[in-house]
Amino acid sequence: MSQMPQLAACPSCEEPLESGDRFCGACGYDLSAVPAPPDDHPTITMNGSAPRPPSAAAGAAPVAPGAPVTAVDWPLAPEADSSGTPAAVVLPADIEGRESGGSDSPGVRFDRPAGSPVPPHPQSSPLPPERPQAPAPAGPHARPQPQAPGQGHAQPPAHAPARAAVEPDEYPLAAPLPPEIPADELPTVEVPTIEASPADPRTADLATPAAGLKVCVACRAGQVDRDGYCENCGHAQPRERDHMEQELDAVAAVSDRGLRHHRNEDAFTVSATALPDGSPAVVAIVCDGVSSATRPDEASLAASRAANESLLTALPCGTHPQQAMHDAILAAAEAVNSLADPATSSHEHQPHVNAPACTLVGAVVTPTLLIVGWVGDSRVYWVPVDRSAPPARLTEDDSWAAQMVAAGLMSETEAYADERAHAITGWLGADAYELEPHTASFKPDRPGVVVVCTDGLWNYAEGAEEMAEVIPPDAADRPLHSAQVLVGHALDGGGHDNVTVAVLPFPAPQQGAGSA
Amino acid sequence: MANFSKSNVPQFSVEVYQNEYLPEGGREVNAIVTVTSTGGGTVGSAVAAPHLYTPGQSPDAAVAIMVDCSGSMDYPPTKMRGARDATAAAIDALRDGVHFAVIGGTHVAKEVYPGNGELAVADAQTREQAKQSLRKLSAGGGTAIGTWLKLADRLLSSADVTIRHGIVLTDGRNEHESPEDLKAALDASAGRFTADARGVGTDWEVKEVTAIASALLGTADIVADPAGLSADFTQMMETAMGKEVADVALRLWTPVGTSIKFVKQVAPTVEPLTDRRTEAGPRAGDYPTGSWGDESRDYHVCVEVPEAGLGQEMLAARVSLVIPHGDGTAQTLGAQGLVRAVWTDDMTASTSINPQVAHYTGQAELAQVIQQGLDARKAGDADGATAKLGRAVQLASASGNADTAKLLAKVVDVVDAAAGTVRLKAKVAEADEMTLETRSTKTVRVKK
Repeated sequence: MSQMPQLAACPSCEEPLESGDRFCGACGYDLSAVPAPPDDHPTITMNGSAPRPPSAAAGAAPVAPGAPVTAVDWPLAPEADSSGTPAAVVLPADIEGRESGGSDSPGVRFDRPAGSPVPPHPQSSPLPPERPQAPAPAGPHARPQPQAPGQGHAQPPAHAPARAAVEPDEYPLAAPLPPEIPADELPTVEVPTIEASPADPRTADLATPAAGLKVCVACRAGQVDRDGYCENCGHAQPRERDHMEQELDAVAAVSDRGLRHHRNEDAFTVSATALPDGSPAVVAIVCDGVSSATRPDEASLAASRAANESLLTALPCGTHPQQAMHDAILAAAEAVNSLADPATSSHEHQPHVNAPACTLVGAVVTPTLLIVGWVGDSRVYWVPVDRSAPPARLTEDDSWAAQMVAAGLMSETEAYADERAHAITGWLGADAYELEPHTASFKPDRPGVVVVCTDGLWNYAEGAEEMAEVIPPDAADRPLHSAQVLVGHALDGGGHDNVTVAVLPFPAPQQGAGSA
Repeated sequence: MANFSKSNVPQFSVEVYQNEYLPEGGREVNAIVTVTSTGGGTVGSAVAAPHLYTPGQSPDAAVAIMVDCSGSMDYPPTKMRGARDATAAAIDALRDGVHFAVIGGTHVAKEVYPGNGELAVADAQTREQAKQSLRKLSAGGGTAIGTWLKLADRLLSSADVTIRHGIVLTDGRNEHESPEDLKAALDASAGRFTADARGVGTDWEVKEVTAIASALLGTADIVADPAGLSADFTQMMETAMGKEVADVALRLWTPVGTSIKFVKQVAPTVEPLTDRRTEAGPRAGDYPTGSWGDESRDYHVCVEVPEAGLGQEMLAARVSLVIPHGDGTAQTLGAQGLVRAVWTDDMTASTSINPQVAHYTGQAELAQVIQQGLDARKAGDADGATAKLGRAVQLASASGNADTAKLLAKVVDVVDAAAGTVRLKAKVAEADEMTLETRSTKTVRVKK
C-alpha cells in the first residue's frame, strides 16, 4: 500500500488534486495511502459480480448469474424469532449470520433495544435481551446493506453465505454462562508466542534463526554485531518480523516482508480458545500497517494483539462471536489510537507525519460457525475442501472502488479502472474519520478452509477462484504448509508488499482446541 | 588507562547525515560525518593523552616555532621585523608549563632558543629570555624547510608530552633542497607532530605551504602584510594551546565487497584523506585527523557497496574515532556512527539528495574549480579560467560562502553571481590571487 498513483481527485472528498499533491487540499486526506495493486478485479459480493440489490426480498436468496445455484447451499440456522422457540442456551450453531454496519451507530444490529447499553458480559444479563420492535436505521455510510438471503427455517439453496439483514431481527445472543463457573474452570486459552521462523521460502540462505548462532545469514561467514549487521558483509540481519510463522492445531499463519519492502509492516495473531459449551473457537487476526503513516509496523502489531486479546476474553465468556469480533475491532482501534498520542506531541513540527494506522481482518471459526470482521482492504476467502464447490470472498474492501460500486454510482469496471480505486476508505488509526467495523457470520455447510490475508497476497490472487487454485488441496489438513504456499505465491509474483496469510480449516476440529 | 570522565578531557560525538535509500542497482553511498569534541577546552588543559594525564598536571604540550631567516626576509626589512614581533607575540601566548623552542631557518636549521638540543619550559623568565634571543635573528642564507622540520621533530620528541605542534613561517620558495627532500621530511614528521604553515609576503609558493600544512594536519594561510603576523601567531598559538587530544584517527570499517571511493575532511577546510589510510585490522582503516580541542569537523565518506536486492539493508560503513597506539591496539573514543544502505523502489526516497552531502559536494567542487581556474589563468588560458572561476563564484554565492566570494571578487569582475558570469580582471594583485589560492579550501557549514 505504498504506491502513490496519480489521482485526479481526492478519494475522500472529491476535491480536484494537482500533480504532486501528497495530501488533499480540502480534507487533508493522505493520498499516499492510495494503494494501486496490479490488475485488481474486485468481487463486490460473494454471490457473483452483480451488485447487491438494495433490498432483497426476504426469503429470496440472491443468486449470482452463472453461478451454480446448488453449489453452495449452506443451510441457515433457524431464526429464533421465526421459529418461536428461543433456546435458553443458544449455541453458535443456532445463530443466523449477519453483518454489522457501523460502530456504535444504530446500524450495528445486535439484539438489544436501541439506546440500551451493551451488556459488558452476558453473565451480567442472564436473560436474553428484549427484541427491538422497530427496524434500526441503516448505518451512516452510504453503502447499501446486504440482505439476508432468507428468513425462516427452510432456506432455499443459497449461493452466498447469509449476510446481515437490515431489520434488526433479534439475534439469539449467546447464552449466558452460568455465573457460578469459577474462573479456573473456564476453558483454557492458548496464546503461543510468535517465533521467528526457521524456514523462509525466499532463500535457503535466510533460514538461520536470527537469535542464537549470530552468524550472518547473508554471507554465512561473519558474526553479527550489536547493531544487527554482519561484521563481514555488513548486511542487516533479518528482524524477527521479517518472516514469521506460527502453527496451532487448527490454524497457521505466515507473514513475510516481501521482496520490495525493507521491513514487514504486517502483523498477525492466531490463537485457540473454547466457547462456554466446550466447543473450540479458533481465532486469526491479520493487520496491514499503512505505509504512508508513521510507525505502521507498531500499529499493526498493537491492533492484532489487542483484537486477539479482546476475542480471547470475550469468547469463553459466551459473548456471541460476532459481537466479540465487533468489540475486538473497537479494542484494536483503541490500541492503534493510543499509539498516536506521543507521536503528535513529538512530531508536531513535522506536518507530513501521520498517525499510525493499519487495516484489520479477523476470523473466528467454531465447529459450526465462521465469523469474519474487517476494516480496510485485508480480506477473507472461503475455499471449500471439495473444489467442485465454488470458493467465495467473504469481505468487502473499505476501498474507494468498492464503495462506489456498492453505492451504485459506478459500474464495477468503471470504478476499478479509476486511479482512486484502491484508496482505502477505512482503517484503524487516530486519523480515521469514522470507524466502521464490519462483521459477518456464516454457516458453511461443508468443510473448507478460511484464508485471512493482506493485500500482499490477494494482489496476486484476487478472485476467489484464483485464490482457490493457489491453495493446496490438502489445505485443511496442513494449514501451515498452505500458508507457506500462499506466501510463496505472492513472492513468486513479485512480493511487492508485505504478505501475511492465516489459514483456518472449517469446521474447527473438536479435539485440538484445548477446550476444558 | 585514562579516566575519561574528567571534565577537561573532550567527549567525542559522531553524527551521520545521509540518504540511506538507494534505487535498484544503486551502489554509491554518500554520507557526511560530523565529529564534535566537547567537554574539555578550558584554560590550561592542553592535556589528554590518556596514558599521561593526571589532574592538576601542567600543560602537556610542546611547541616549536620555525622562523624563516633567509636573506629574502630583509627585502623589505619589515618582514624580518614582523617575523620577530610575531614570534614574540606567539611566545607571550604560551601557557606556563608548555615546552617550547625557537628555530631559525635558512638552508640549515639553527636553534635560537633555548639551544643545546632541548626545550624550554614556559614561565615568565624563559619567555623573556626567548624574546631577548630573538634579537639574534638575522636574515641571510637560503631556504630548506625540510631541515627545519627535522630539527623541530628532534626537539619536540625530546619532551615527554602529548601535544606536539610546530609553526612554520616562510617568505620564499623552498629552493635549497629538492622537493623530494622536503617530502621525505614531511613523511618523517607526519604523525609525530602537527604544524601550521604561514607564508609572509608574496614570494612563496602556495602549493608548498599548503602541502606542509596538509601533511602535518595543520592550517595554511597567507600573511601578505608582515604587520599582521603578530595577531595571526597569537591566534595560532591559542588554537594549539586549546588542543587536548593528539593523534586522533577516523576509523572506517567497511564490509567485505565494498570499496571506499574517498574520504575527505570537508569542514572547516577541504582536506583529502583517502590516500592517508592506515590499515587497522580486518576491513578497517584509520585516517589521521591530528589533534583536537573543542571543535567540530565534517567528513565526507563515499563508499561503493555491492549491489543488493530491493528491500535489503546493509551497513555500508561504521565510523568511529580512535587513538591508535604504535603496537596495533587503539583506544576507542566512544563515539560511533553508522552509514547505511537500504534499497527501495520508492523513487521519492532514493532520488533525494541529503542536504549536507549536496552542500559539501558543492564546497569541494568550489575548492577544486578555484584551483583549476587559477592554474588556467597562470597558464594563460583565459577562457578556461573564466569558466572555472565563474563556476566558483556561482557555487560560493549559492552556498553562502561569503569569505570565498569576497576573495573571488578581487580576482574576477562578477557580472551575475547566480549564473556564474564573470570577467577576468585585467590586473590582479598578487597577494589577492595567492590569498584566494591558499584559502580556496575553506568551507562553510550548511545553513541551518
